[in-house]
Amino acid sequence: MSAPNASTGNTERTAVADTAQNGATRVAGMGSGRYIGKRAPRKEDPRLLTGRGQFVDDISLPGMLHVAFTRSPIARGAILSVNTEVARDVTGVHAIYTQQDLAVFNADMISFYLVSPDIKTTPLADGRVAYVGEPVALVIADNRHIAEDAASLVEVEYAEEDPVVTIGDARSGPTVHPGRDDNISVQMGEEELDEELADKLDSAPHLVTQKVVHQRISQSPMETRGVVATREGAQELTLYITCQSPHLVARWVSLALGVPQTAIRVIAKDVGGGFGLKNHPWKEETAVILATMLFDRPLKWIEDRYENLTASCQAREQEMVLQVAFDNDGKLLASHGDYSVNNGAFPQLSECNIAVHMFVWAAYKMPAYGFLTRGWYTNTPGYAAYRGPWGMESLIRETALDVAARRIGIDPIEIRRRNLVTLREQPAESVMGIPLEDVTPAECLEKLLEKFDVGQFRAEQASLRKEKRYLGLGIATYIEPTGAAGAITTMTGELAQVRIEPTGKVTATMSTHSQGHGTATTMAQIFADRLGVPYEDVSVFEGDSSRGGFSPGAAGSRQGVIAGGAAIMAADLLVSKVKTLAAHVLEADPGTVTIEDAMVRIEGSPEKSRSLAEIANIAYGEPDRLPAGFESGLEAQYRYQPPPMTFSSAANACVVEVDVDTGFVTILRWISSEDCGTAINPAVVEGQISGGLAQAIGMVLMEEVGFDARGNPVAATYKDYHLPAISDVPDFEFVHASTPSQSVGGMRGVGEGGAIIGVPTLVNAIADALSPFGEVPVELPLTPTRLLSVIEGRDLGAKAGSETTAVMASQPGAAPVDATPETPVAPPQATAEDATEAVRIDGDWNMALATPMGAQEMTGHFETSGETLSGYLASAEGQMDFTGTVAGNKLQFDLKVVKPMKITLKYNLEVNGDKISGKCKMGIMGSVKVTGQRAT
Amino acid sequence: MSTHTVTMTINGRRHTGTVEARVSLADFLRDQAGYTGVHLGCEHGVCGACTVLVEGNAVRSCLMLAVQADGAGVTTVEGLAAADGTLHRVQEALMNEHGLQCGFCTPGIVMTMAALSGEGKKATETELLDALSGHLCRCTGYQGIRRAAQQLAKPEAMDTANGEQS
Repeated sequence: MSAPNASTGNTERTAVADTAQNGATRVAGMGSGRYIGKRAPRKEDPRLLTGRGQFVDDISLPGMLHVAFTRSPIARGAILSVNTEVARDVTGVHAIYTQQDLAVFNADMISFYLVSPDIKTTPLADGRVAYVGEPVALVIADNRHIAEDAASLVEVEYAEEDPVVTIGDARSGPTVHPGRDDNISVQMGEEELDEELADKLDSAPHLVTQKVVHQRISQSPMETRGVVATREGAQELTLYITCQSPHLVARWVSLALGVPQTAIRVIAKDVGGGFGLKNHPWKEETAVILATMLFDRPLKWIEDRYENLTASCQAREQEMVLQVAFDNDGKLLASHGDYSVNNGAFPQLSECNIAVHMFVWAAYKMPAYGFLTRGWYTNTPGYAAYRGPWGMESLIRETALDVAARRIGIDPIEIRRRNLVTLREQPAESVMGIPLEDVTPAECLEKLLEKFDVGQFRAEQASLRKEKRYLGLGIATYIEPTGAAGAITTMTGELAQVRIEPTGKVTATMSTHSQGHGTATTMAQIFADRLGVPYEDVSVFEGDSSRGGFSPGAAGSRQGVIAGGAAIMAADLLVSKVKTLAAHVLEADPGTVTIEDAMVRIEGSPEKSRSLAEIANIAYGEPDRLPAGFESGLEAQYRYQPPPMTFSSAANACVVEVDVDTGFVTILRWISSEDCGTAINPAVVEGQISGGLAQAIGMVLMEEVGFDARGNPVAATYKDYHLPAISDVPDFEFVHASTPSQSVGGMRGVGEGGAIIGVPTLVNAIADALSPFGEVPVELPLTPTRLLSVIEGRDLGAKAGSETTAVMASQPGAAPVDATPETPVAPPQATAEDATEAVRIDGDWNMALATPMGAQEMTGHFETSGETLSGYLASAEGQMDFTGTVAGNKLQFDLKVVKPMKITLKYNLEVNGDKISGKCKMGIMGSVKVTGQRAT
Repeated sequence: MSTHTVTMTINGRRHTGTVEARVSLADFLRDQAGYTGVHLGCEHGVCGACTVLVEGNAVRSCLMLAVQADGAGVTTVEGLAAADGTLHRVQEALMNEHGLQCGFCTPGIVMTMAALSGEGKKATETELLDALSGHLCRCTGYQGIRRAAQQLAKPEAMDTANGEQS
């Protein structure tokens, strides 16, 4: 396995270097030779450029009817009555369903981790509504026009209640979901600052407290969500759905509906972008699938943009405070992070974003870090992923470093040089225990500086300031975990199946799925390169759950890394098959066989050359000519399990000018210096980075999903939700470092990076430009209004009107760290007096650990003898014995586990009657809640 | 709802259909005429994905009613390439410059550029970029789209089929 790794790695390095110099260098005559590292034209383009793509709305089935939803106009309240009579009477309406009708299926709308969510999530509202836009009734009609007409005639009576809209509201307001103690969906870390860490922060020569308020983002793929569902008899279900992986959708639907996966076929040939929104079905798609089963006709629902902007799952909306202590040389001493994210009412995963803390200092020499991290339920659309979901770590760290540099009086580049872990200093381990072997942010930064003359810029900046023109330079560095496989249920290896057809042409089926990623192109490049056939001879298929095998598709910057490795391995298996057969048929040594340009050649015997098609014909059709034991045909498959994680690194720089009269920002230059290892196709790599950077520009300058105080969305069209246009995005310049990774082929993921590093890069540039006016509060987006408030020295927060984020920032209780008095703490602790009655501890308990991946259920067995506690915890994964101590109603015990990492779990529990509660401290990961009751 | 008979010449073929007055040109082209290359990204005239040519002019087909196009000549993205499959030079330029990823916004971008760089027309880079500022693409960051526009505006780009770069 190491051979292909090393060899491809090195050749690509050269190939990349050759082409990267000029962003537009193109490969002349893609006829033969090495394809990895070339800017090959995309296989996907001819059909997409001529209108022959197949997106979900392009599917039309015989007898198909159309769906529209009646949605809640209020953010919180009880449904008193639903009257569908008038709507039902509209000509062309076939049926109207509410949750009562769909409840017969008892669908379990599982999270991205494929476990039941903490709060029951139903396809249509179940007695209550929890956000504006929540679907309440589903109308089936002849066409979409009629369905919408009828949906507006469904009469729903609500008892409206005051909504919980912001994270601030969630801290102090009523509970979004009845029956819960508070609005915390999930929490990790420690509520109390560790004393030792507090000392380090307090005693440091410089302490920077950086606060970031990140607005809510709409993923906004240009193709909205949509599904066409059809039941093929009682046993089979076919779904055409716009998604990030047909395989994940099939698995999700199978588990959610309790039907065998073999009964489900999911097809998604072309998908108009996903960006995290289309990982798996959610309320509307599930409702349509169930309605199809109930009504037994093919149904189509295509989300319109209004629904997409106001009622789809959304992303980000986070607040974080990062304290960072420095010594007098600007070296890092200690840090603490307090993070909150708005999960909305029905998130696709209960997110407290532990990754923010895992990676915030991963590439820096940070001696000590502590954190508290929480997700909050609110009466808003649910949380879903968006490209670089943990990007807050780079945003807050890189902006804090610039603030520190200004305060301490050192150069922002220098503060990074002093603290980044360089390649020479590795292997190393981060403060959170992440092993670093080959991350290169420091090296990317130096490469970047070769392309950008900082001294010259500073001189220009100084001279222009005299003319009242304000230019700024922003620099940021980061690393990103990519190609992860093995730690999360859904994140697996990738499968490549490849065959040389009897015609000599190559077809492959991959577990990948492109929503613009160009995997049919990059994988074909790999096959052509490894098999020795022309690129034009290779076709790659994906996008159908009945082909290939499971993978989550586009999620976590993984496809190039893992599927690339799978393609290399599968191709190599096939090459060895061809060599064995050719050597046998042509009476040669297998070591002398080469395949190039679809010709099989024997070294030193040119007369023995045969076309690949001839050899393939023998392999399939002439069993008598095959060597003994040779499996006929030329087919191979390989599922590649990569290293657990592969890091990408980057450094970016951008130059802006801020017009101090208008507050408008103009981006003058942007350089991306990234290390994504082997670039299979540099044009695809640069396309991924560019798209991410454009989304970063959107996040920093213009995009915002906002709500008024009643939870009504205020951005309902693209006239209110501003996506960057061509005029907002500059030309990007690229530097590729290309340090091969340890994954087969040497690739590193590149899908999300631009959206992560672009944000702090641009914020830092704006802050640098406006530094003569003071620090720029990092409340995104940095609209002209917000920037003018800095330029003109006004406190925008003080006179906040109905503008949502402004409201959030202006509430004193909203700041994560200042909020201690209002912070709901762990469930009410029972007093010691309760325990004076004989506490019954012995016996079995049904317990649950509230982890970010969902509740982990287990049975606890306790036996007490004096102050000694013994027993075991049993779960699906096995049983572990422990001994510990008892004091009154308080139990204490430790468990050492080795998977997924070596860690000691420290349990502190308390028994009150038939209830048990407390915490489990999971080492560096902090504490999670434990709850449970006596088993009966 | 009243219905109307409309006739259009779409991509050179005559097409007659019956529509309700409220049916947009985009829905007519997609659902009745079968030109699903017309993509609907927002249905309120901002994203530009549904752009088609009506009598040679770039039009947002989501903002025009089918009845308004009665009698008109319409070109969709399906009608641009030559009968033998040779791509229009706008399509060629976008392909060469990696100007698309998911391809959903692409038909609209192609049509706007084709309206300005079609047969006998030669827009400047500024004209092309101005027109493109009315299109939204969530994938590419516009890099390849801009390069394609620059290629099309170059004097030597006229009538070259393969868009090979100097």
